[in-house]
Amino acid sequence: MAQKEVILSAKDVEIQFSLRGKKLNAIRKCSLDLYKGETLAIVGESGSGKSVFTKSFVGMLDANGSITGGEIIFDGNDISKYKTEREWLKIRGKRIAMVMQDPMTSLNPLKKVGKQIRESIELHQGLKGEEAKKAALEMLEKVGIPNPEKRYNQYPHEFSGGMRQRVVIAIAVACRPDILICDEPTTALDVTIQAQILDLIRHLQEELKMTVIYITHDLGVVANVADRVAVMYAGQIVEYGMVDEIFYNAWHPYTWALLSALPQLGVKGQELPTIEGTPPNLFNEIKGDAFAPRNKQALAIDFVKEPPFFKVSETHQAKTWYLDPRAPKIEQPPAVRMLREQMRERG
Amino acid sequence: MAEREKLIEIKDLQITFGHGKKKFVAVDHVNFDIYKGETFSLVGESGSGKTTIGRAITRINPTSSGEILFKGQRINGKISKELDKEVIKKCQMIFQDPMASLNERAKVDYIVSEGLINHHLYKDDAEREEKVQRALREVGLLPEFASRFPHEFSGGQRQRIGIARALVMEPEFIVADEPISALDVSIRAQVLNLLNRLKNSRGLTYLFIAHDLSVVRFISDRIAVISKGRIVELAEAEELFLNPLHPYTKALLSAVPMPDPEMEKKKKLLVYDPSVHDYSVDKPVWEEIKEGHFVYGNQRELEEYRKEIK
Repeated sequence: MAQKEVILSAKDVEIQFSLRGKKLNAIRKCSLDLYKGETLAIVGESGSGKSVFTKSFVGMLDANGSITGGEIIFDGNDISKYKTEREWLKIRGKRIAMVMQDPMTSLNPLKKVGKQIRESIELHQGLKGEEAKKAALEMLEKVGIPNPEKRYNQYPHEFSGGMRQRVVIAIAVACRPDILICDEPTTALDVTIQAQILDLIRHLQEELKMTVIYITHDLGVVANVADRVAVMYAGQIVEYGMVDEIFYNAWHPYTWALLSALPQLGVKGQELPTIEGTPPNLFNEIKGDAFAPRNKQALAIDFVKEPPFFKVSETHQAKTWYLDPRAPKIEQPPAVRMLREQMRERG
Repeated sequence: MAEREKLIEIKDLQITFGHGKKKFVAVDHVNFDIYKGETFSLVGESGSGKTTIGRAITRINPTSSGEILFKGQRINGKISKELDKEVIKKCQMIFQDPMASLNERAKVDYIVSEGLINHHLYKDDAEREEKVQRALREVGLLPEFASRFPHEFSGGQRQRIGIARALVMEPEFIVADEPISALDVSIRAQVLNLLNRLKNSRGLTYLFIAHDLSVVRFISDRIAVISKGRIVELAEAEELFLNPLHPYTKALLSAVPMPDPEMEKKKKLLVYDPSVHDYSVDKPVWEEIKEGHFVYGNQRELEEYRKEIK
């Protein structure tokens, strides 16, 4: 495989929120390379920091949060140092756009849909009047909304959930961003609609040569869309690799736990393996491997020292002591080892 | 399977909303039975009427025609006050969104015991408290949580409170309306396990309402697929996955994302087009095409379905 171009590179990013005078370490030294034209999926529980991490790429952290360390290199600039809205407006929307989870709340209910798409086009492409309208209609058609002329003059409440999400995508894609961040774009939707939206994003990605980041907790969706996968836990990326490597040859115990807990892999009459306990409190300093207290097979060193990244292959790395040559031999759990066979069997 | 006891029987059920010109038929010609001790799943898109059926059984939505029988007694329409109370006690519901379904201003103690209070199901306060604590322990919460408010709990714990609220009434039948859709991946498995465990220990019967076929496969004994207020296919869980016949079932199956990248990349998405059915001359019927496997279609379609069965 030829060396792919890195479009965005985050290094040791740290993000803190101050809450009631206390510091919450939401992101603890996260590094990530995003390759041009690829689809990256970030998976993790709620509270693992997956949304916060990507929001920092567009400067949309809440007022009490800030990037306290590391760098995010995009287009030769370190955007983590950006302070003013003016700097951010050059990136946000124009170069990196975002699709939010809930199409019910991300549109303005008082404005016609056409106008909302036009706003983004006028602001970022500098088109005016009829030209902007034409571009907006084109966008509506591109995202698969039938009757764009009629739909242009309708309000969001006249659209169904799936159609609304298409509008949100149209707004995000209207100014041809380089990177599209989709934050749980289909969680609020039905399965059949979900499949259509995922398909739509894939088509747009090919057509407009975008790089896409998916944030999701649905591993089924990940398998469907991703080229690369990053698994996040307690503000850190714990495993990073190509999609096949994560599904068929995962090494971090947290990834194992996520995969084994899938109802799709459950055997009837048996209990599903669960992840006991709760994620650690990020107000406190975390010692060792953050997942160790919930891991039944944790090693003694997991509680003492934080593991570094170990390479499984050129593209695959996991942050766990299991991969240290000195570690006792630990086998992947059966659900992970057998995933491929089991899924085939069920067809 | 004549010896199995039918807990719920639904016959030719129709549910409509509105009157006159605005009348909307949400559920039409629905027939199915739920046997005692099984998990029966109802799967369909939003707007297909699956929740409406669940709510009709718990007497929240009135029905316009047809019958719902609970242990052989009719429970829809006008019924006596005693029977009404009995049904409310014996048929409980678990809701989808644990963030929205609990009273924010009440303590867990009150939320769980509200049903007991309404039905005077306890002799004195000590007995009520004991019942609440037992229900909480059964769903894996600590008894001292009773004095807390819902906002102090995580999504998974809240869903457990919702389950405890249903359990405290000692129901025989529970309608679980998408109980895990709003939960995080790691908690889904816990709640599914809990539901399964309770089913065995309490001898419960579930009507499980969901839109994701893959989750349903693990938990259900039988699955009914519903589209636009009509059940189009009904079969035992494994049979339905082995021999999906109705095009709508196939479309639903193809849309479910599976955690296997190789399979997902090869998969072809099927889109259900209702116009493939030509019901103008050849009228469709609800037919048992194989033992326990029902499908909705006309004679020509049924002929093709028969050929497809493996």
